[in-house]
Amino acid sequence: MKIKFLELKNISKSFGKVSALKRVNFYIKGEPEIVGLIGDNGAGKSTLIKIISGIHAPDCGEIYIKGKRMKNWSVVKSRAYGVETVYQDRALAMQQTIARNIFMGRELTSIFGFVKSKLQFSEADRLMRTIGFTSKVFASDSAVVNLSGGERQGVAIARAFYFKANLMILDEPTTALSLTEAQKIFTFVRQAKKGGTSCIFITHNIYHAYDVSDRCVVLDRGKIIMETDREHTNAEQLVKDMQKIAQSDGKVKEDINNGRS
Amino acid sequence: MADLEKKQNNPDFNQEFRRSRRGIINFLNNNRRALSALIVFIIMMLIFIIVNPKIFLNREIYEAIFRSLPIRIVLVLPLVFVVVSKEIDLSFVSNMTFSLWIFAATAKAGWNPFLCMLLAILAGAFIGLINGMLVVRIGLQSMMATIGMKFLLVGLVAGGSNIIPIPLTFLANTPFYNIFVGKIGNFSVQMIWAVIALVIAMLLFNYHKFGSHVSCVGDNLESSREMGINVATTKTLAFVYVGIACGFAGVLSGLTYLTFYPKLGSPDELMLAVLASVFIGGTPTKGGVGTIFGAFIGACTIKFIETGIIQVGLTGFWTQFFEGLIILLALTSHKFHKSN
Repeated sequence: MKIKFLELKNISKSFGKVSALKRVNFYIKGEPEIVGLIGDNGAGKSTLIKIISGIHAPDCGEIYIKGKRMKNWSVVKSRAYGVETVYQDRALAMQQTIARNIFMGRELTSIFGFVKSKLQFSEADRLMRTIGFTSKVFASDSAVVNLSGGERQGVAIARAFYFKANLMILDEPTTALSLTEAQKIFTFVRQAKKGGTSCIFITHNIYHAYDVSDRCVVLDRGKIIMETDREHTNAEQLVKDMQKIAQSDGKVKEDINNGRS
Repeated sequence: MADLEKKQNNPDFNQEFRRSRRGIINFLNNNRRALSALIVFIIMMLIFIIVNPKIFLNREIYEAIFRSLPIRIVLVLPLVFVVVSKEIDLSFVSNMTFSLWIFAATAKAGWNPFLCMLLAILAGAFIGLINGMLVVRIGLQSMMATIGMKFLLVGLVAGGSNIIPIPLTFLANTPFYNIFVGKIGNFSVQMIWAVIALVIAMLLFNYHKFGSHVSCVGDNLESSREMGINVATTKTLAFVYVGIACGFAGVLSGLTYLTFYPKLGSPDELMLAVLASVFIGGTPTKGGVGTIFGAFIGACTIKFIETGIIQVGLTGFWTQFFEGLIILLALTSHKFHKSN
């Protein structure tokens, strides 16, 4: 088995008296995989991804990248190791073109800083096709504001993919999207995985998580209460398990996880 | 005919056809604001020509306009960058007067006029830098910061010069004068400088990463910051660019009228006219998008209104009425384009 790309060991984080994460263990395999991170509001999903992105430092616990322990983990370091977070609401400059959004801040320039516009457009075109963006209406010089919600996420995903992200974190990408639009995002994510990028897919929607993920991880009140491979369950079973956990206040966690393995 | 059918059944041809059609649509879409400003300008000129063909089909009126229009064009172009970055600069006319004062005072002292010009541009850039620092480092609202700077510069120039004019007639017909405001035949050289300024601004805005950063910062500040754009530097550079233009426009103004006088003309009216040019041209106040060519057309529109109103037989009192009317028509047309 390949060495894990990311491993969090016994991570805890509190904000004042509120304990957001309690001794959480989490990992991303060495080979590309899609992990669905499921949980209610306040479950600790945002805190967990902010720790992975380097925005928050954990109170205690250890972070390993490819088996190497990371000290002073930060946003800069996480980017350097290829961790890219795609936030739902603030990822894109809506009035700019698809190409400009993909290369924002990292433009392909020639001497004296002039942008290689043609190269950017052709690279953006190629990239959008690679991740499965097949619209005949929009090209890479179309403004993002004209795209649908799913296509906009596609642009943000393409951006992370182009810059060779090893791990892409998608924060609630399917919220407020129709099923068709959500399916587009699933296609983009699967294509990104084929290209060698792992993905943490954060969602409230169990069906969405099951559809796209290789592995589902359930967070509840700061703890990982369930973890299951897609091949060991189905969406209905996942819903039932989560209902059981909710009703029993997390006490049946052991039974469920044991039953899977 | 058979060839055409063969081409139409070829998927590569279809894809190429779709791509070129989409290219045209995107071009029209991306430049609709500048195009609509151009249409407003053309309609206005047609009206002037129909009402008074004698004047408006004669080159003399264009010669006169091309002497003073370049000053506005030089000023308006960098303002687009500031507005697109979601800021505003209201101190640019005072900065121009301040730079002109530096130029006139040093030129009168016998310094080399090229060196005086460099000093004027540096002075303008320095004021732009301070404006930028007040906005991005101290966190003042750009409108407030630049109003403060406007009054500060007006006071400084008035106090420093005692409102005594400095004649610059000794520069007339020197090589320096001829390079910047001389004539080639009947054509004013300053119009060439205005076109150079236009080309530089278009290159920076459309093809340089500075223009790209300015648009992204004005569109989505947070995202730009997260993607590694230095937001503070980008905004500061936009203000410095305005300052550099103020320096150059100040020198052009001094050479055109061959004098420095702190109260020359109506500074506030010039400020409003130049700002209006930005918006008539199709750059909205919300930031993120703008058009350099549109601002150029906007400056031409305002300048031609001012001259045209008199030439079609109305008194000068009507100038502002028609300026206002054109501004409202242009903005309504941009709004109409947006909603479509």
